[in-house]
Amino acid sequence: MDAIILQILNGLDKGSAYALIALGLTLIFGTLGVVNFAHGALFMIGAFCAVTLSRILSISRTYVDETQKDFLGRPLEVKVPYAHDIFGPEMGAAIIDWAVPLSILFAIPVMIAVGVIMERGLIKHFYKRPHADQILVTFGLAIVLQEIIKYYYGANPIPTPAPAAFKGSFDFGAVIGFDANTIIYPYWRLVYFAFAAVIIGAVFAFLQFTTFGMVVRAGMADRETVGLLGINIDKRFTMMFGLAAAVAGLAGVMYAPINSPNYHMGMDFLVLSFVVVVVGGMGSLPGAVLAGFLLGILESFASMKEVINILPGINQIIIYLVAIIILLTRPRGLMGRKGVMEE
Amino acid sequence: MSKINLTRRGVLKTGAVAGAGLALPTYLSAQDSGFTNAPTGSTVTLGFNVPQTGPYADEGADELRAYELAVEHLNGGGDGGMMNTFSSKALQGNGILSKKVEYVTGDTQTKSDAARASAKSMIEKDGAIMITGGSSSGVAVAVQALCQEAGVIFMAGLTHSNDTTGKDKRANGFRHFFNSYMSGAALAPVLASAYGTDRKAYHLTADYNWGYTTEEAIRASTEAMGWETVAAVKTPLTQTDFSSYIAPVLQSGADTLVLNHYGGNMVNSLTNAVQFGLRDKQVNGKDFQIIVPLYSRLMARGAGENVKGIFGSTNWHWSLQDEASKAFVQSFGTKYGFPPSQAAHTCYVQTLLYADAVERAGSFAPCAVAEALEGFEFDGLGNGKTLYRAEDHQCFKDVLVVKGKENPDNEFDLLEIVEVTPVEQVTYAPDHPQFAGGALGSCNNGA
Repeated sequence: MDAIILQILNGLDKGSAYALIALGLTLIFGTLGVVNFAHGALFMIGAFCAVTLSRILSISRTYVDETQKDFLGRPLEVKVPYAHDIFGPEMGAAIIDWAVPLSILFAIPVMIAVGVIMERGLIKHFYKRPHADQILVTFGLAIVLQEIIKYYYGANPIPTPAPAAFKGSFDFGAVIGFDANTIIYPYWRLVYFAFAAVIIGAVFAFLQFTTFGMVVRAGMADRETVGLLGINIDKRFTMMFGLAAAVAGLAGVMYAPINSPNYHMGMDFLVLSFVVVVVGGMGSLPGAVLAGFLLGILESFASMKEVINILPGINQIIIYLVAIIILLTRPRGLMGRKGVMEE
Repeated sequence: MSKINLTRRGVLKTGAVAGAGLALPTYLSAQDSGFTNAPTGSTVTLGFNVPQTGPYADEGADELRAYELAVEHLNGGGDGGMMNTFSSKALQGNGILSKKVEYVTGDTQTKSDAARASAKSMIEKDGAIMITGGSSSGVAVAVQALCQEAGVIFMAGLTHSNDTTGKDKRANGFRHFFNSYMSGAALAPVLASAYGTDRKAYHLTADYNWGYTTEEAIRASTEAMGWETVAAVKTPLTQTDFSSYIAPVLQSGADTLVLNHYGGNMVNSLTNAVQFGLRDKQVNGKDFQIIVPLYSRLMARGAGENVKGIFGSTNWHWSLQDEASKAFVQSFGTKYGFPPSQAAHTCYVQTLLYADAVERAGSFAPCAVAEALEGFEFDGLGNGKTLYRAEDHQCFKDVLVVKGKENPDNEFDLLEIVEVTPVEQVTYAPDHPQFAGGALGSCNNGA
């Protein structure tokens, strides 16, 4: 029982990342009709927003300490972050320590700008082209973006730790009556799950309870009629692209302490997120979220050694296996709408 | 219409001149003919096949820096680096056999097919006489087999799988880097001393060739000293989040986690394990411990503070204080501004060893070079006394057991050397079961 609870917890945080990326993908597909293979790159850029802010906050002045030596035996150049000079050593250290949460504020405008530039600069020219063309151009864009990141940040993962306050793990088992140490879970992963829930809730509330959201939903249902009513739906859809980019970026920012960011992390999530969108139902926002969590949990269960012992290799194919089964039994996905991708 | 006048004297004269003309170049190049890419001009071309793109691109870049430094030193530039400390004095700083050393590079992408294609191109189009480099055992095995077929020498870069000089060994291939067996043999006594002989280990193993041989080696060594292996789980090479593999570890009753991972896998699995607080737990009345059999400073940097206090092994480390290591660090550090990695070290050493073997053999012919390398004993290249064993083309030397440093002095000071395990402790018989299968075969001079 404790193993099952543990894997559900595992699946929830993994599913959170899938759900956030798939949510953005679905928003873009539902509004603009574009299959955006560069969406994983937006997740990766978000993670590098955390790396960048962390580096900005750590910009240092150097002085030569004659009493210490570097690896060649020369006097050591000691670095002192300007943040320590400006805010004092304690406050400065605390600001650097909280670089990842602070990156949320940094990432939102950056990601919206990246999203809008991407849409206006490249993707809008492919609206009327076949989906295959859209996939090719956005996949190419993803490769370009990751190579740019690799050029500036290198190929190795860059450690971007969570604030010290969130280090360590929570003994969930002890709280619900199991033995100590049977169900432990890192604090930051719990934060990630809560953060994802807030973002998903906020996106749904925005679409459901604001006039802007209502127009966007109307545009998703019938773009032509909304245009005939004199509403500039294209402008709103561009803003939705920016919003989707921001959601993917924020997912990346908060993911940085879980796995050290590297230039390839977007690609690692991209294919799985597309499977999530297809399983959830093309164009269905609740479907994307539901499928994200569902596949995250299934993937976790498939990684249990008891399961691998019975079905070797199942951990590597489970998501695709489930996708095949669901698409065979429900061709539109779990919550797909009639008419989407069926013309 | 023209008329041809053939006379006996004319035919003899023409024949004599033509015969002399044909014989002269044959005589001049007699020592360097009959093998692939025999150098004919004043230069010789080496092929550096390293990952320039892909996940190990940073390690590949460091390998390339080392190769460029080696070429500079071979051609008489710079401060000479380890050429000054090398026990063999055949290298004079005037290239190799008085031919200036030039090089071409290929990108392995850490993919076997891409690595073979780039090696093939360097051999066939660029005329490379020797191929070296790489940061993966899969790549090393694939390129080694290609070099065997093509008739050129392969001086492996970073490859740690037993199979490179075990079941997949080739007569044209040589490895300076240590291997999984050596890691196990060096680590086990240190682990027994630090953590006791009554431990329950849980292995997470990368699901490919290197992972298997490393798990086998570490299990054999630790079980021999009394540890019990409670589980060994294969993890996909493409895995990035290891939480679902790490979460069940504590429930298994294990008190030690062995991460048979390298590169990005190691960074992520170690980070995840520390996030789960495994090292803060007590199991079976003991502090929970994590072990990383193969350490790399470049990878340790990616894992950040998570490496602190964690044992592993490494082929070489820049903080070694022997004269050779100091000379190499001085040379590399002055040129590039930071200390070299173990990958850079093994690549630099392999280049010098190849050049030295050519000088001693007096020929670039692969079989002559192989003969010069086989059974060659040397010193002064940073690992103490070393033997290139003839039976399997594996270097035997001391192995470093290291630990993530608790209080680093600078950004490069991530690992501390715990023990220099003597070569006798990591030496094994050529027919050891972990290296069974395959045969060296005979060397191939190619064309």
